[in-house]
Amino acid sequence: MTSRNIVKALAVAGSLAASAALVPAQAQDTIKVGVLHSLSGTMAISETTLKDTVLMMVDDINKHGGLLGKKVEAVVVDPASNWPLFAEKARELLQKDKVAVVFGCWTSVSRKSVLPVFEELNGLLFYPVQYEGEESSNNVFYTGAAPNQQAIPAVEYLMSKEGGDVKRWVLEGTDYVYPRTTNKILEAFLKSKGVAASDIMINYTPFGFSDWQTEVAAIKKFASAGKKTAVVSTINGDANVPFYKELANQGIKASDIPVVAFSVGEEELSGIDTKNLVGHLAAWNYFESVKNPTNTAFIKQWHAFIKNDKRVTNDPMEATYIGFKMWTQAVEQAGTTDVNAVRQAMYGQKVKTPSGFTAVMNTNHHLSKPVMIGEIQPNGQFEVVWQTKNTIKADAWSPYLPEDKGKVADWTFPWVCGNCTEPKYKSLVN
Amino acid sequence: MTRFLHVLLLALLALAPLSGAARAADLKDLVGQLASDDFDSKIAAIRALGALGDGRAVPVLKALEDGALYTTTDHKLVVAEPDDDKYKLYDPVDRAALGEATDDAIDKVRVNNRMRSEIDAALGSLTLVGGRPQDRLAAAQEALKHPLAERNDALQKAYAAEHDPQVKAALGLALAAARLRAGTREQRLAAVNTLASSTDPQIRSLLIDQRDASDDPEIKHAIDTALGSINGRLRLIGVAVTFFEGISLGSILLLAAIGLAITFGVMGVINMAHGEMIMLGAYTTFVVQQLFRAFLPPQWFDAYLVAAVPAAFLVTGAIGVALERGIIRFLYGRSLETLLATWGVSLMLQQLVRTIFGAPNKEVSNPSWMTGGFELIGGATITWNRIAILVFCFVVLGVLALVLRRTTFGLHMRAVTQNREMSAAMGIRTAAVDALTFGLGSGIAGMAGVALSQIGNVSPNLGTIYIVDSFMVVVFGGVGSLFGTLAGAMTLGIVNKLLEPVAGAVLGKVVVLVAIILFIQKRPRGLFALKGRAAES
Repeated sequence: MTSRNIVKALAVAGSLAASAALVPAQAQDTIKVGVLHSLSGTMAISETTLKDTVLMMVDDINKHGGLLGKKVEAVVVDPASNWPLFAEKARELLQKDKVAVVFGCWTSVSRKSVLPVFEELNGLLFYPVQYEGEESSNNVFYTGAAPNQQAIPAVEYLMSKEGGDVKRWVLEGTDYVYPRTTNKILEAFLKSKGVAASDIMINYTPFGFSDWQTEVAAIKKFASAGKKTAVVSTINGDANVPFYKELANQGIKASDIPVVAFSVGEEELSGIDTKNLVGHLAAWNYFESVKNPTNTAFIKQWHAFIKNDKRVTNDPMEATYIGFKMWTQAVEQAGTTDVNAVRQAMYGQKVKTPSGFTAVMNTNHHLSKPVMIGEIQPNGQFEVVWQTKNTIKADAWSPYLPEDKGKVADWTFPWVCGNCTEPKYKSLVN
Repeated sequence: MTRFLHVLLLALLALAPLSGAARAADLKDLVGQLASDDFDSKIAAIRALGALGDGRAVPVLKALEDGALYTTTDHKLVVAEPDDDKYKLYDPVDRAALGEATDDAIDKVRVNNRMRSEIDAALGSLTLVGGRPQDRLAAAQEALKHPLAERNDALQKAYAAEHDPQVKAALGLALAAARLRAGTREQRLAAVNTLASSTDPQIRSLLIDQRDASDDPEIKHAIDTALGSINGRLRLIGVAVTFFEGISLGSILLLAAIGLAITFGVMGVINMAHGEMIMLGAYTTFVVQQLFRAFLPPQWFDAYLVAAVPAAFLVTGAIGVALERGIIRFLYGRSLETLLATWGVSLMLQQLVRTIFGAPNKEVSNPSWMTGGFELIGGATITWNRIAILVFCFVVLGVLALVLRRTTFGLHMRAVTQNREMSAAMGIRTAAVDALTFGLGSGIAGMAGVALSQIGNVSPNLGTIYIVDSFMVVVFGGVGSLFGTLAGAMTLGIVNKLLEPVAGAVLGKVVVLVAIILFIQKRPRGLFALKGRAAES
């Protein structure tokens, strides 16, 4: 075998992709709900749970008499962690299956890939994951956190006396759009708070990075300058486990250099031995350990549906729960599943959430939600050490970025746009 | 206001010299204070406990740090230890049994990171004298990390009384650092001289701070000299550490690639399912771990990894043999079809594992002998799991080389790959040798999975991370050469680690990839190409 053949063969391998679509038989008089989450490939680890969450909500609403007197039917497709396939499957859901709404996507790149499809066909997408903001589409409702509902409060907490009075910052992330944008916002925020550029270290690593020796040693060195140092981690997915293992093995304790993560939740921790991570932090809008009746019922419902008492709940699941509840409420209110009518009914829609607060949908298509900081516990759960007193309204555009100055997202009269500095119907206002 | 008074009172109590009887009462009061809801008053109590100097506070503070302190519904502070679904309660100071309670009846005393540092500092003060040597060492290092002016006298006394040379050296540094901050001019100069022998990056930043703050030219000069010698040593350590990191990364690449060096290198099968064999090895480790947890007493748990190695070898080896007999033997000589078939197998195996074990990662814990590391001079840490993997990797490579060179099976294997017809004519059962060779390669990949489960995730996608790197190592090292695989892996590891601090991890990887492509253009057969007729076919 010559090397040329090998190269050719590897090129063929690289261009291969597998997909499998499950399209259930059509039935009369049902309301169809699309589920667009990867069930295979890299993102299956996170997204499969969200598919199950939607199915649980569908199951629940059917047990309680359905929606508008009809049964709700979930149409599940598998975009297989393949970004172009997301757009294809979205088109299939909207055109062929004629679904009323789609719950789906995890990564920002998959959302960006389906966005033109939803805008072209006037579909409705509920996106349940925390993201970098800088977007507001008329066809998407964002039920995860924007940066001001997660990243900024987390950094403010660490700056406070209670959080350890941190003066030096390591922004460690995976190299793609969410960490890059979030770190840009955080850097601008830190500088606005008087942190010197020499006290900020930014580093990116590739997806699935596993050899953290050099990075962790660099963090240790950066932290030895005599000022309290913290790591703000936007490390995604599988790269987290080796990162935390390396931290623990190199003897970095949370009381020396705390790490606050935005992509590590209960689900991710269930794959890690957490006894050496106690005290490291995560910022979310919901933790499973929160105690209130709504959450107890939510966890009970999840365990009953998935038939496994050991499965955990997490923030994106809660965001899916909120999105689904809001959509059903809006449909009931509008009396139809017509996208334009449902969208109008969505604004101001309220849902009592498992986080113990009442989430409200705003006219910028983002939610008002509480922010919580949790510390990792030996049992793989988080304990809330700080939370906002009230809900925080999401900013689609960050006030800390100079290029976002004056940008407004408001889909009600007279603005009716997701990204403009002047109302679209200014002339109609007297 | 009452809170403020309380804090003030505590501070006063801590400073005042106390008689024995009063101390016992204060200890109880201060410990009771830990039940407060307010972080500030809890911290005041911790500080006061540290300053009190009563050794009985040590277990209380340790319990607090470990999260074993609870408050009962009537605001009493207790130590609670889980006992089935209930908790057994003890008095935190004298450990008198206080009965049992359920989960709802007690509330954990909340601890945050700021409190953890304070607890460490207080424990440091309490164990500085009279603790076990490792506690005293930890206390001395703690004193260096968080200097407190009030503690200098205590440090001085502890230094004078210390006999253990290691602890004494650590105390000497802590004392010098404290004197450099706040001492007379002579003391400061002497302190700089003591500190010049250190290689701790913390001390370096302390010296830099003090140089910038000082107006005294003589002290400035002394600090500059000290910094010069510290920097020189640190640079040397840095280079050594980078090389270790490179070799460690190389050993991981090597381990992932050895199996492929057999299936692809020796047999010529473009085996896209190689990564999945690694993944199956990691899942076997997980299953063995669960079996140990379920059926063996806890003291045996650390041995699970040793048991997992042969288990993984047998499981993945058997799957490899089945794969060869079922699919690959029909496709010899048709590399593109082999590639597609093994690619398909890899996807099927991934989905199979996802169906059986579920999509989320599985937790494989490090045995205690593989956690942590030892501190080298200069703040660099070498971790045990890296060393274990390095050793394991060379053992596997050595055993494999022996099998190939010294056993009948190895001889048959080499004969079949060099000239199949001739071997068959000599009476070697070539089909069996093919199956066993593929099984050997797969089994080694499975053993790599055992090692890789210790540093990364155990997820259905585990294999996809390593497949590209494995092919890169084998092709770069020279197809068919075991030594080439070793050299290729080590070169890639070291080059990667040399580039990473300069170019960053992302760009570093790109640079390495481009370099390999250029290298393959120049030397299509890799670093160590096989020579002779066999290689030409």
